[in-house]
Amino acid sequence: MDLKGKTIRLHDMSLRDGMHSVSHQFGLDEMVRLATALDSAGVPLIEVTHGDGLGGSSVNYGFGKHTDEDYLKAVVPQMKQAKISALLLPGLGTVRDLLSAVDCGISTIRVATHCTEADVSEQHIKKGRELGLDTVGFLMMAHMIEPEALLEQAKKMVGYGANCIYATDSAGYLLPDGVKDRVGILRDAFGDEIEIGFHGHHNLAMGVANSLAAVEAGATRIDGSVAGFGAGAGNTPLEVFAAVCDRMGINTGVSVDKIMDVAEDIALPLMPQPTRIDRDSLTLGYAGVYSSFLLHAKRAEAKHGVSSRAILMELGRMGAVGGQEDMIEDVALEMKKNRV
Amino acid sequence: MAINCAMIGSGNIGTDLMAKLQRSYNLNPVWMIGIDPDSDGLAKAREAGLKTTHEGVEGLLPHIEEDNIQIAFDATSAYVHAENNRKLQEKGVLVIDLTPAAIGPFCVPPVNLKDHVGEQEMNVNMVTCGGQATIPMVAAVSRVQPVEYGEIIATISSKSAGPGTRKNIDEFTFTTSAAVEQVGGAKKGKAIIILNPAEPPLMMRDTVHCLTETEPDKEAITQSVHEMLKEVQKYVPGYKLKNGPVFDGNRVSLFMEVEGLGDYLPKYAGNLDIMTAAATRTAEMFAEEIENGTLTLKKLNRQEGV
Repeated sequence: MDLKGKTIRLHDMSLRDGMHSVSHQFGLDEMVRLATALDSAGVPLIEVTHGDGLGGSSVNYGFGKHTDEDYLKAVVPQMKQAKISALLLPGLGTVRDLLSAVDCGISTIRVATHCTEADVSEQHIKKGRELGLDTVGFLMMAHMIEPEALLEQAKKMVGYGANCIYATDSAGYLLPDGVKDRVGILRDAFGDEIEIGFHGHHNLAMGVANSLAAVEAGATRIDGSVAGFGAGAGNTPLEVFAAVCDRMGINTGVSVDKIMDVAEDIALPLMPQPTRIDRDSLTLGYAGVYSSFLLHAKRAEAKHGVSSRAILMELGRMGAVGGQEDMIEDVALEMKKNRV
Repeated sequence: MAINCAMIGSGNIGTDLMAKLQRSYNLNPVWMIGIDPDSDGLAKAREAGLKTTHEGVEGLLPHIEEDNIQIAFDATSAYVHAENNRKLQEKGVLVIDLTPAAIGPFCVPPVNLKDHVGEQEMNVNMVTCGGQATIPMVAAVSRVQPVEYGEIIATISSKSAGPGTRKNIDEFTFTTSAAVEQVGGAKKGKAIIILNPAEPPLMMRDTVHCLTETEPDKEAITQSVHEMLKEVQKYVPGYKLKNGPVFDGNRVSLFMEVEGLGDYLPKYAGNLDIMTAAATRTAEMFAEEIENGTLTLKKLNRQEGV
C-alpha cells in the first residue's frame, strides 16, 4: 500500500466518544488538560460533547458531570491551533442545542444519523451550513447497508449542505475491504468538493488497518482517540495511527512523540481502567452492535444477573440501532423472565 | 346525527385516521385533503366514497359550508399547520392538530380530556405519537408523588415515519418534552425519538423514566400505572406494559409496547394508532358538546385565529 505524500486531518474523539469510557464524568479541568495537550501535539480537530452528542445528558445515556456548554466554554478559549467540533444526533439534540454550541465557539458540527435515516438531518445540516460551519454528515452503523445504499443516504446529506461525509463504523464490525468499498463509492461520487471521513472502533483490533484502507480509498479525515478512549474497545488508537502514518509518509501534522506522551502521561491516568478487547467488546465487533451499548450492558448484568454478552448478542439479532440504550434493560428483564 | 369531518393530510396518519373515523359513533368523515393526486391515502379515501382534493386546504374551503364540515383534523406538518389552522378557523371549523405545531392546548385523553370540556377551544393539539404513548405513564407516577424529571424514549419503525415527521424531528422533541411537563406533571421533561429500520419492522417501543423527588412509593405507583394502562387500552387495545415498573433509587422505569390495529400500516405501527385513536376520542368529545349545545363553533378572524 503506497500512501506516501497523502495529507489527512486527524480528528480526536477522546473528549466525546471517550466520554463513554468515563460514563460522561470528565471534570472540566481534566477535559481542558487533555484538550490543551492534544492542541500542542498538533491535532487539528477535537470533538467536545457528551458521548451521545449535544443534549445527550439523560437517564437513558447517562447524565454528564457538566453541561455541553460548560465543557465547550472551558475548552474553546484555551485552543491555540485546534478547532473544536460538536456531535449532534437528531431526535436527541436539536437546532437549539446547535445554536448554543455555536455561541460557545464550535467550528464544526457533525450531524449523526443511523445509516438509513439521513433525512432526519435536514434541519440541522441546513442550519450548520447557513451559519458557515464546517458541516459533516455522519452515517452511523455503516456496516448495516451496502455501499450503494450508503451513497444514496450520503447524497441526501450533501443535498442539505454537508461539506464532508463520514462512513462511521460504530460497531467496529467492518473489515478493510468493507471500509474501502464504502469510502470509495463516496469518493467516486462526490469528487473533490466533498471531503470523506472514516470513524472506527477497535473492537476487532482493526482500527488502524481500517483507517489506512479508508485513506487508500480517498478519505482525508480520520477519527481516533488516545490511550484507548472511546466506546467499546475504544476508537482507532490515535497515537498508534499517527505513528503508522509517519512511517508510511502520510502527512498528519501531528507530532508522534508528543501524542504518545499525551496518551501515556495525560489521558491514561484519566481512565477508570485500561481498555482491552474483552469478550463484550469483541462481541460488539463480531456481532455488529453499537459500541456505546457496552457499559450499559455490563450494568444490566450487574443489576439483573443476565450475561452482558448474551444481552449484546440479542440486541444484534434484533437490529438495535444507535441510541436504543433503553432496550438494554428491557432485554435483560425479558431474558430474566424467560429463564425462570 | 354525526358531525361531518375533514382530514387534512393524506399520509400515514391521515389515512389511518380515516379508518378510525369510519367506526366512530358520532363522527362522519366526508373529505380527505392531500397535495399529491397520486397519493395512496387519497386513493383509499376515494375507494371509501369520501370526497377528495389534491389542492390542499384551499381545495376544501369552498365546500365547508355546503358539506357542513365542523371538525377538521390536521395531519400535515408543523410548518404548514398555522396557515391551515387560520384558514379553517375563519370558516368556523374546530381543528384537531395532529402535527407537533402545538398552537392550541395539549390533549392526552386519559390524562386531561375532561379539562377541555366547556372551554370553547377551537384548536387542540394532540402532542406527538411518542407523547400519547408515554405521557399517561408519567402522569400515573406524578399523581402519586412529585416527579422531578420525566424522560421518554420513543422508538418507531422507519417505515411508519413519514416525510413530515422526519422534516419536523426537532418539533417532535420540543412538543413532547413540553407536554411531559405540562400534561405529564414532571417538573422537567425530556423526549428522545429513534427510528429503527429493522425488517420485519419493529413494534412501536416506548420507555418512560421518572425521577421522583423522594423515594418512590412502589406499591402506589405500580397500582396507578396499572390503572392508567387500562384507561389507555380502552381506545388502544394493543397498549402494553412490557416490563416494569423498575425501581432503582429514585428512578422509576416503564417499558411499553404499542401494537396497532393494522388499519393502514401493519400492526407494528402502533405510533399511528395511538395518535389517531386519541384524536378520534378527543373529537368525539367535542362532537358531543356540539350536539348538546355546550360548544358553539365561531368564526375567528385573522387576529384571534388561534
